[in-house]
Amino acid sequence: MSLIRAEALGKTYRTGEVEVPAVRGVDFAIEPRSFVAFVGPSGSGKTTLLNMIGCLDRPTSGKLTVLDTDVATLDRRAAADFRGRHMGFIFQDFNLIPVLSAFENIEYPLIMVQNWPEQKRRAQVTRLLEAVGMAAQAGKRPDQLSGGQKQRVAVARALASNAKLVLADEPTANLDHDTAYRILELMKKMRDDLGTTFVFSTHDPKIMGEAEVLFTLEDGVLRPPQAARKAEAAHA
Amino acid sequence: MLDVVKIALRNLARFGRRTVLTATLITLGVVAVLLFIGIAGSFKALMIGQFTDGVLGHLEVHRKGYVASIDNLPLNLDMQAALLHKVEEVLDHTKGIEAYSERLKLGAMFSNFTETTNIRINGVDPAKEAATIPLMPGRIVAGDKGPPFLKPGEIVIPKLLAQGLHVKPGDTVVLVATNLQGSVNAKTFVVRSVLDSASGPNGRDGYIDIADARALLRIAQPEANEIAIRLKDPAQLGQVDAQLKRELGSIVNPQGKPMIEVHTWADLSPFAHIVAMLDLLTLFIKIMLVVIVLVSVLNVMIMAVYERIREIGMISAIGTRPGRILSLFVTEGLLLGVGGTALGTAISLGVIWALNLRKIVFDFGMQQGLVLAPSISARNVVTVAAMVILMALLASLQPAWKASRMDPVRALGHV
Repeated sequence: MSLIRAEALGKTYRTGEVEVPAVRGVDFAIEPRSFVAFVGPSGSGKTTLLNMIGCLDRPTSGKLTVLDTDVATLDRRAAADFRGRHMGFIFQDFNLIPVLSAFENIEYPLIMVQNWPEQKRRAQVTRLLEAVGMAAQAGKRPDQLSGGQKQRVAVARALASNAKLVLADEPTANLDHDTAYRILELMKKMRDDLGTTFVFSTHDPKIMGEAEVLFTLEDGVLRPPQAARKAEAAHA
Repeated sequence: MLDVVKIALRNLARFGRRTVLTATLITLGVVAVLLFIGIAGSFKALMIGQFTDGVLGHLEVHRKGYVASIDNLPLNLDMQAALLHKVEEVLDHTKGIEAYSERLKLGAMFSNFTETTNIRINGVDPAKEAATIPLMPGRIVAGDKGPPFLKPGEIVIPKLLAQGLHVKPGDTVVLVATNLQGSVNAKTFVVRSVLDSASGPNGRDGYIDIADARALLRIAQPEANEIAIRLKDPAQLGQVDAQLKRELGSIVNPQGKPMIEVHTWADLSPFAHIVAMLDLLTLFIKIMLVVIVLVSVLNVMIMAVYERIREIGMISAIGTRPGRILSLFVTEGLLLGVGGTALGTAISLGVIWALNLRKIVFDFGMQQGLVLAPSISARNVVTVAAMVILMALLASLQPAWKASRMDPVRALGHV
């Protein structure tokens, strides 16, 4: 049973009288526990596709099922609940809250979204901080952390509420290559340890090979999925 | 909820200078309002006390139509014995009345045997008058204050008259008065004391014993044309006034028309207009405070939302419900209001306490040496605090609503 299934999925933006198709009738399926990348140049529709999977945006055509839910039918509040229950997000710019420490940033969704009791929260955050190798920086605020450390905190935050699916839009775009590889390794490790499905987008050919399944988008159209090979990606 | 408060506090601290400026503005507004209420209220209470306890009483009862022609001190509108008795019966059983004093007011010629002038005279029972108008003996600036402040055959004269006619305590003077029938009568009196002037009606009247007044006017029966009333609790003025109007209004003449009228001190004293102005000023200053709070909190919250659009996008993306986002921003606005109010209230109470320690003395019109004792009721503090907090809540609602309705995709893409 696929975790995500898209059938003839399309998204068209309308600017005044002009219609701009961002995603054009794509079909794909993503299995649980997979490590998937949507790749393609800027403007190819990667972010739009991730936004639709993450219930942040609605398809204008076709059908998108995530965790057996037709996400197009969810209203604003239901979509927020769905994201809160099942999904984690990692952003290119980390988007950590500057006034909160690393610990508190990871704890944030457990307070604001999940409403977990304090003891359970603390145990979960401590476990995740150790898992992402940030236990020593638990009390530091984002401005005291490096880019890689911030993204580790962001990974931990995405996993805090035991998400089944983590969506990452260009998670390594603001990191140097070494750090980017380490972040992807961390994400893979989390997938292996927790069974979480990771779907990320990138236009960086050097890290495409880290994905186990690649979906290549060009002008909103999807090429057939392929097993990624580091060598191929590196030469692409 | 505590976690939301904690995060809201952190967010306020994050924009420290702006938060401090806004909170200071609210604090200053609260201080201005509370101090104005405390000082103006104290001044108002002091002046009202001067009128009610020094001259008028809290309420006055007259024959219907007397107050309309009170400047002429008409004798044809006296409450005669039977009517006076009925009124006294009502007053005796009315709860809330501490004391009352019948007065026979008249206009007379005052002579020191070389010069003559007009004088307004109150014929009173000294014991009842002192019980009803307790500050009245305190206005005596020369002569024997008593008690009693007056005996039969004696007269208490106003200071201006004493100065103008060069009369002092112990001098003999004569009063000449015309009664209702037009008969002129004269009677000699010994000046007992000199009375300082008071602002407002009756403030420059003289006093003689009511028995002497009746003798001067050749009235055989107990009669009065004014009854001053002192209440146990001035706050009950409205209730007692209404009760007396109801009960005394039932005393009617053969034509079925009411014979008695009841007036509060405010109906009789021009100071009531100053009180109304003070109340209006207080209202105006409260409105200013509302505007200050609305504008400052609205401004700071609009900026807070604008500067944190990406953050709002992130918290929305991770599944935070719109209501939760709304509560976060509303809490920030509320904390500004609560903080400013708490600080403003503490400063105001401190200043009021210090002013009471200093004992500020001031003069008002003819009144000299009045001691200002500002105070503020818990009710006023709660009202102002509630008003400020409500305004902070309202001012933060719109920006908070905007934040909660923000499209996460657009917000995350905001530069």
